[in-house]
Amino acid sequence: MTAPVATEPRASADTFVPKILVFSTNNISDPGIDLAGSAHMHYSPGVRVIGLPCTSGVRPSWILHALESGFDGVFVASDGDECAYLHDCAKRSSRIMSLAQTAMRERGIDAGRLRMAAICSVCSEPFTKHVVGFAAALVPLGPVMATKAAAGTGAQA
Amino acid sequence: MTETMVPVGGPEASARRIGVYVCHCGGNISDYVDVEKVIADIRGAGDVVVAKTAMFTCSDATQQEIVADIQANELDGLVVASCSPKLHTYTFRGVAARAGLNPYEYTQVNIREQCSWVHTDDTQAATAKATALVNAGIGRTRHTTPLVPLVVETLPHTLVIGGGIAGLRAAIGLADIGLKVTLVERELALGGWVKDLGTMYPHNRNGRELIDSLIAGVKRRPAITVLTGAEVVGKAGSFGNYRMSVRIGDPGSASIEVAVGSVVVATGFDAYAPADGEFGFGLDGVVTLPDFKAMVDSATGPLMWKGRKVRSVAYVYCVGSRGTGGCAGQACSRYCCAATVQTAVQLSGLDPAIGQYHLYRDMRTYGKFEPLYTEARKAGSVFLKFDNDMPPAVETRPDGRLTVTVTDLLTERTELAIPVDLVVLVTAMAPRANDELVKVLKLPAGADGFFNEIHPKLRPVETVVDGVLIAGACQGPKTSSESVASGLAAVTQSAAVLKKGYTELDPLVALVVPEACTACGDCLTACPYDAIAMTQEGDRHWAVISAAGCKGCGGCVPMCPESAIDLLGYTDAEVTSMIESLAEVPA
Repeated sequence: MTAPVATEPRASADTFVPKILVFSTNNISDPGIDLAGSAHMHYSPGVRVIGLPCTSGVRPSWILHALESGFDGVFVASDGDECAYLHDCAKRSSRIMSLAQTAMRERGIDAGRLRMAAICSVCSEPFTKHVVGFAAALVPLGPVMATKAAAGTGAQA
Repeated sequence: MTETMVPVGGPEASARRIGVYVCHCGGNISDYVDVEKVIADIRGAGDVVVAKTAMFTCSDATQQEIVADIQANELDGLVVASCSPKLHTYTFRGVAARAGLNPYEYTQVNIREQCSWVHTDDTQAATAKATALVNAGIGRTRHTTPLVPLVVETLPHTLVIGGGIAGLRAAIGLADIGLKVTLVERELALGGWVKDLGTMYPHNRNGRELIDSLIAGVKRRPAITVLTGAEVVGKAGSFGNYRMSVRIGDPGSASIEVAVGSVVVATGFDAYAPADGEFGFGLDGVVTLPDFKAMVDSATGPLMWKGRKVRSVAYVYCVGSRGTGGCAGQACSRYCCAATVQTAVQLSGLDPAIGQYHLYRDMRTYGKFEPLYTEARKAGSVFLKFDNDMPPAVETRPDGRLTVTVTDLLTERTELAIPVDLVVLVTAMAPRANDELVKVLKLPAGADGFFNEIHPKLRPVETVVDGVLIAGACQGPKTSSESVASGLAAVTQSAAVLKKGYTELDPLVALVVPEACTACGDCLTACPYDAIAMTQEGDRHWAVISAAGCKGCGGCVPMCPESAIDLLGYTDAEVTSMIESLAEVPA
């Protein structure tokens, strides 16, 4: 049996590591994300992926729910123009993004916490760059819970 | 966060009995993730009855152990945390089925490609993330329901659309494998582009002769029915038993119905038609590659143009592809570099004194075609490389001949003005205008207008429309040998589903919750596959989704203002519970 390699955690306990939920697609972006792993590329362990058949099937309420459950950002790894199901997938996905962002604004959540980019089935490096850049952009925004609590307090005052 | 840790296999009564298996993958996972800690930290709600690690969950021994565990513990849910679902979903669905557990009660969790391999530098964080991923898998499994694949009977008969080299070879292959074939060709003659070609690379075979031998092969096979001057105008039924309407003759003529199990679309390409003035197109002496190839094929000595001997030719490459000169086509058309140098070699053979100037961006005589390039240079062809920022210009001179001006990157950006008798625009393969067929078959076309396969490597000829396969240059630029290879791949794929006599469809389709539906109709236009329709009982109306017609994309789900549509396998309850588990930071 191989013993786990003991390594020091990279981030100290009080460093803010943004948690990012990724919606991927089973046939297109998820293989691209898998490829990043096969190539041993690195991104933050705060990145967690849920695979779906197609980006056009993401409910805006799922994005909201993620941001209200503790995710600091949501990244939609979309099919772009490669979708094998829907020729207007990019348009549908954009509609879902704007619905979600409208709902986010209403709840005082920064619209910058939602991002979408087309990730192809071999886009390992672009994906890694996207999530690393997104994580960096989320750091100044701080944890989503703290932001929401502050907004809530403000509204009550 | 405080969490009540329920011991694995705890005594609490629960609706579900779930087994969890976390894989070492021989160290690929366990070198970076503490798999024993994952097992210890799983948030069981009394419903995780078995939780184990395994060196290789995919091994025969572990598969047998899982089967035994499922049966001994009467498990009704299975979670396997190992590699990507692309690798072993069918393996573990099989394990579940062998143990008598419904395969759709199993969830695959990817802790290798999307966890251990990307966090090799942080065991603590990788372990916490793996635990969250496994918890999400358990959460999802709590909401799974047993699903039964749709079993449909298949007819041993294939419709091939397009009688070019790919369609002809596919028809012969299908007949030889024991299937009936109906071959539909829009033109009156079979053979597509290749029938008009003389010498073809790389073996200098004659295109007409190749097609004649294929047509002879078709005629020898009584299982093949050929309909020429015919078009597919309708499709009804579902996978395995499509009823296709084929109109024979001009619009308005009668249609016949052909019942088939699968359809092979091999409708080929169109040659890119340059715009007026694009690299001098429209000027006397500016021709496209297909027209020029026909001139060379029919020549027996030096080429003539308007009664004059052609002493020199300039080729402008990448016309209609790679954004050359600002054109819309962005892809490389692949076949044209080799086709052009082959034609140049052919022409040098007819007229060794001819001057040939190739104005190219990159020479892509890939793979086995590279010697053609050397051969062309030996025969006297001159190659000049241009940058897309400084594309060549074509003008007519006062004496009626042409001048091509190019800035040559190979000679320190020297601007050269080359007087020539003919300019050949090396035109790309463009998607064929087939709007009617796309509408009838619901074929998915990409932004470039070519048809999309499900996966370029793993499912290269299947489309999302079950039983509708694509082959040849309708998928994108291909050489004739690549077209034939994909035609034969479509034969294999047809046989795989039709020879068994039945097929099973994945039951992960969308469902309408009738109680929540207000019959607003918003979903009716959401499905390009026409799987959604209204139904009624008395005064009550609601939407229903045909399981056989649904492709399982979920595109209708966010279109419902009442959230009344769920996609099986990805239901609101399943995804919501996964989000909640993934958001947690386990101990």
